[in-house]
Amino acid sequence: MKQTESHTGFHHALKVVDELCIGCTHCMTVCPTQAIRVRDGKAIIIEERCVDCGNCCKACPVSAILIEQDDFEDIFNYAVRIALVPSVFIGQFPSRIRTGEVFGGLKSLGFTHIVDIDSVVDLVQQGYEEFVKNPACDKPAISSFCPAIVRLIQVRFPSLVDNLIAVKPPSDVAAIHYRKLMEDQGYESTEIGIFYITPCAAKIASIKSPVGEAVSSVNGVINMEYMYNKLLHLIMNKEVGTEAVPDNERLNSKEILWSMTRGESEHQAGRCLAVDGIRNVTEFLEGLEETEDSNIDFLELRACDESCAGGVLISGNRFLTVERLNRRAGEASIESVKQSEAGSFDINLYSLDKIQARSMLALDPDRNVAMEKMNKLEELLKVLPGIDCAACGSPTCRALAEDIVQGRAQPTWCVFVQELYIRDGRLSLEEADEINGSIWGKERNYRSQSK
Amino acid sequence: MMLDYHIDGGDFVNAGKASSAVKRVLKQLNVPAKRIKRVVIALYETEVNVVAHASKGEIEVVIEPERITLTVKDSGPGIPDINRAMQEGFTTASKEVREMGFGAGMGLANIKRNSDELHIESIPGKGTIVRFTNDLRD
Repeated sequence: MKQTESHTGFHHALKVVDELCIGCTHCMTVCPTQAIRVRDGKAIIIEERCVDCGNCCKACPVSAILIEQDDFEDIFNYAVRIALVPSVFIGQFPSRIRTGEVFGGLKSLGFTHIVDIDSVVDLVQQGYEEFVKNPACDKPAISSFCPAIVRLIQVRFPSLVDNLIAVKPPSDVAAIHYRKLMEDQGYESTEIGIFYITPCAAKIASIKSPVGEAVSSVNGVINMEYMYNKLLHLIMNKEVGTEAVPDNERLNSKEILWSMTRGESEHQAGRCLAVDGIRNVTEFLEGLEETEDSNIDFLELRACDESCAGGVLISGNRFLTVERLNRRAGEASIESVKQSEAGSFDINLYSLDKIQARSMLALDPDRNVAMEKMNKLEELLKVLPGIDCAACGSPTCRALAEDIVQGRAQPTWCVFVQELYIRDGRLSLEEADEINGSIWGKERNYRSQSK
Repeated sequence: MMLDYHIDGGDFVNAGKASSAVKRVLKQLNVPAKRIKRVVIALYETEVNVVAHASKGEIEVVIEPERITLTVKDSGPGIPDINRAMQEGFTTASKEVREMGFGAGMGLANIKRNSDELHIESIPGKGTIVRFTNDLRD
């Protein structure tokens, strides 16, 4: 699939395939930012609101939400083909399949170098320490590891954008570090292709449309599910040899577990907390906004349940993935053996620019207009039934009321209001059919079908 | 626009419901984040005061384009010496309340710090009215 730039300038990895979508509202009701509506029997994603968490994709019963990715064959456009592998990828495979086989498989598929993303965790850690040392840093410092969380804070918690730690996540740090290493070996930057095997839709979006950096160092993203299928097939058919991967054998337990829940928080100073699951995070941040002194120094927030092990592109069971990684971590050393290789934190290379808030909540930029809309919204909420049935094509009654005051919906889209209007003679059955057809799709309108 | 909320004395679980609701409204009105934070903290502290000390209270919120005025009336013990109560660390909260993490004696001081104009009237034995106004301009 080719990269497409949206009209709003926000690139998203998630796309609804109209031919498959049945307009069932499952995705709409699980979306944590109310970014989905159903119109003409199809789900529509509101681009300004979407944070690419992938909840919609997980909830879709007919796999109608696609996650964009680059064509695997793209790797052959480069002489140096680096696969960036997160430790959670290794955790996908049953324990009897060793890391060496996985890496050997990647090489036989065409990669020339395999890089453990989590081998740069110590660099990121150094960056965190630099960041929180600054007395001007807002407490709690919030990790910017999870790209869906960074976007969630931008759109829903604008007061907390300055709390985000301006340090790039391990995948970006690894890409920058290894690109430089290859350049030092005499390769041109254009000869080096860095491909990230990712479990995460938000990561894909953040590489295609980076937040806090001009352009990503990663050349392409490869869907982890796709890679898993390809590799498992090779390994099952014994078409790969075992690659000697001394580097990986030297990943320490901290590195292996960094992307799991509490992977970061356990290694930071002071009072640290880890929250996973985007709804839990939202609830937590709502509370955080309302207190003067939280006394929390560091917050690790992850959009997926069980962090990256619960990523939308993870094929295995997330709890088994966590268990496997814990076992691998138990077998690994605690101390890092190869600290010297990664070097030290370079603020110019590995820092993020200031992350901008882009609140989606305001009803209008003009305060007076916003107040008029707010008053109308309160009135509408008295009429709407409050059962959040989603039959109107908006996720909740409140969301419908917001859509109405924004001119994007009508009160008669609510089936309860419709019923009242029909009884009062203010709406004919034909008009109601027309409305329902425009929400659920013509072919799904039961009244027109029964005729 | 006007909003009303009711507070039940002793109901710590629901302390903060009104400040959450007001926060949502102010976000939708495109009020700058730093201004929202001041309003929300001051209101939250007021809510906790009512829950901790009074039997019940009513909150009245008046939002105008450039300012917000919050009036919180409670049926409680009243504050005999308001100046003293404004000092940081002054508390009459019971041991139980303090063990729950409330009643550290920062309440009124926090309200003062996070409000632009604060007015307190109190009749010992009857109740207290806390009224504060904050600027909402960009």
